Amino acid sequence: MFRYIVKRILLVIPTLLGAAVLVFLLLRMIPGDICELKLAGTGGYFDKEALAICQKELGLGRPLLVQFFEWIWGVMRFDFGVSMWTNRPIIEEIGLRFQLSLEIALLATFSATLIAISLGVTSAIKQDTWIDYLVRLFSIAGIAMPSFWLGILIILGLLISTQAWFGEPWMMPIEYTPIWVDPIANLSQVIWPALATGYRYSAVATRMTRSAMLEVLREDYIRTARAKGLLEKVIINRHALKNALLPVITVIGIEFAFLMGGLVVTEQVFNLNGLGKLFVGSVSNNDYTMTQALVMLVALIFVATNLVVDILYAWLDPRIRYN
Amino acid sequence: MSAKIKRQMLFIFCGGGKILDSLLEIDNLRTQFFTSGGTVMAVDGVSYDVQEGETVAVVGESGCGKSVTALSIMRLIPDPPGKTVGGRIRFMGKDLLSLDDESMRQIRGRNIAMVFQEPMTSLNPVLTIGRQISETLETHLGISEEEQQKRAEELLDMVGIADGKRRLKQYPHHLSGGMRQRVMIALALACEPKLIIADEPTTALDVTIQAQILELMKDLTHRLGVALIVITHNLGVVARYANKVNVMYAGKIVEKGTAHQVYYNPRHPYTLGLLSSVPRMDQARGQKLVPIFGQPPDLTRLGVECAFRPRCRFAIDRCSREIPPLENFADGQQAACWRMHEIDDLKKETL
Ligand SMILES: Nc1ncnc2c1ncn2[C@@H]1O[C@H](COP(=O)(O)OP(=O)(O)OP(=O)(O)O)[C@@H](O)[C@H]1O
Ligand SMILES: [Mg+2]
Repeated sequence: MFRYIVKRILLVIPTLLGAAVLVFLLLRMIPGDICELKLAGTGGYFDKEALAICQKELGLGRPLLVQFFEWIWGVMRFDFGVSMWTNRPIIEEIGLRFQLSLEIALLATFSATLIAISLGVTSAIKQDTWIDYLVRLFSIAGIAMPSFWLGILIILGLLISTQAWFGEPWMMPIEYTPIWVDPIANLSQVIWPALATGYRYSAVATRMTRSAMLEVLREDYIRTARAKGLLEKVIINRHALKNALLPVITVIGIEFAFLMGGLVVTEQVFNLNGLGKLFVGSVSNNDYTMTQALVMLVALIFVATNLVVDILYAWLDPRIRYN
Repeated sequence: MSAKIKRQMLFIFCGGGKILDSLLEIDNLRTQFFTSGGTVMAVDGVSYDVQEGETVAVVGESGCGKSVTALSIMRLIPDPPGKTVGGRIRFMGKDLLSLDDESMRQIRGRNIAMVFQEPMTSLNPVLTIGRQISETLETHLGISEEEQQKRAEELLDMVGIADGKRRLKQYPHHLSGGMRQRVMIALALACEPKLIIADEPTTALDVTIQAQILELMKDLTHRLGVALIVITHNLGVVARYANKVNVMYAGKIVEKGTAHQVYYNPRHPYTLGLLSSVPRMDQARGQKLVPIFGQPPDLTRLGVECAFRPRCRFAIDRCSREIPPLENFADGQQAACWRMHEIDDLKKETL
């Protein structure tokens, strides 16, 4: 088990390096220049000299190889430099937004997992009864509905219902407050996007749980467990669920990583200043340093989630653990 | 004292009446599967008894309803699509088909245990061998964890697995097929059941291992006085290990008797066909093996004819009009064939 984990961690390094090379090259292949954008922003016209000075300041004229290794060297010391656009340290820019995105992702994951496993298992056990149909309706609706659209519905619902009940419409706060500063302000902001994204998430995971469970319940070893006269709850929890969880964990992991990096539209809907928004901004500004840092962060999250999924796999399934 | 005299005496002492029930009595059992292609009459009026401690074989081609009969006894038919629609199963004086689910659960694994055909998939891959044995003990006997551990080691030792302590911590994928089947047997024996149903326990194993497993089962059931229903394709197994034999065809028993009767004096053309399609010890070397031609019938479309007629060398007109009932031939031997009394002559003619 220990060796397995070490091996998996060592595999992370080439993956991250690959991501670094890719993002570095791709960014520089996109037409456009941050200095042009910066200077044009103030008047629509810029002179060549200012452009040259700006490019020199940002070190864009130097050979690519030098730029690359300088950047990687910084990354290895957790020094991401400053944003080319705002000149503020990248760690600072990302800090709060990361917290916000992480909180939403964790909240969504937690509730989605709980809902998915209980609904998925129940639906599989009660296959083809009205409970099963209800659960399937719930999950098909969740998969069909984009989360930004659900987000819009939630906002409208909030506005209309608060207007109706309290006389004036209430909107969630726009400014992010960390949970340890003011939990109520924090949750009243974060819970809605978590709900909007969590629904789809739980729908996907419920379907997965249900079909994995149905498959496992047909296995020979479940028949053996029945023939041994075990209690039904032992058969479900100990024999079936443990086997059925494997594919579910994969889905949960992928969705979590996606929530951390790809919540662009939903953030827009809820007016959240999260990682997704920062991402879009920095790409359209040609902010190389910021985009690179964000890509590395997202890659790291993906890799780390994968690692956790793999470790859970090995923990659940001895056949993986002992290979 | 012979068993017969013992029984006689018990009979007298207890003042007559029907006290010497069989361990298991299956009476006119009917199990069907309701599928989109029609109703599959998988088991259609099967009756047989099993006495305490005896070994009864059930033989027949693939798909004739052997497993479904076994699963019906355990009440493990997947419902839907399957359902036991008729008949009676008495076990230790209880009517299994009318028991509530909880009472039936308490019988499974405790009084009737089962060994399945596929040792590679019948054990849970994510639980240790030890866990899978001890949970049965825990459920039915409620003994402490140390006792469970001790008993589990004892069981592995009994089925010939050395180094039990280490084995208990291992997972099924660490074990070979033969070993896993030994574990399945240990599992079956765990709570000292009265009856073990072994559904083709050796079909998936290679030949050398097959003999070992069968010997082991024979030895243990004799030693512990456990009755055994062994389901098999292999008539050689029957001759060697069983007291009584039931030959099944298309969901019905077509011949039954002692192993000796069925093996040496078969009355049904199907049994005859089975016997001449496998090599036997008492046959001259070089004698040709004759497979039974044709296919078993579609169990959704059984007409009012003998189900074996299309494949029968001796079929007469009557066979296509009336289904032959299972009738006595001689002391304990029964067959379902209109021509069971002529079989010997017919056999000679065709040779
Ligand atoms: N779940 C099911 N759904 C529909 N039909 C079934 C089901 N299980 C069994 N059957 C049908 O019941 C009949 C008897 O099957 P059974 O498994 O008892 O055969 P068997 O004698 O054990 O054969 P084998 O030697 O291949 O194990 C078969 O025709 C099969 O198609
Ligand atoms: Mg079978």
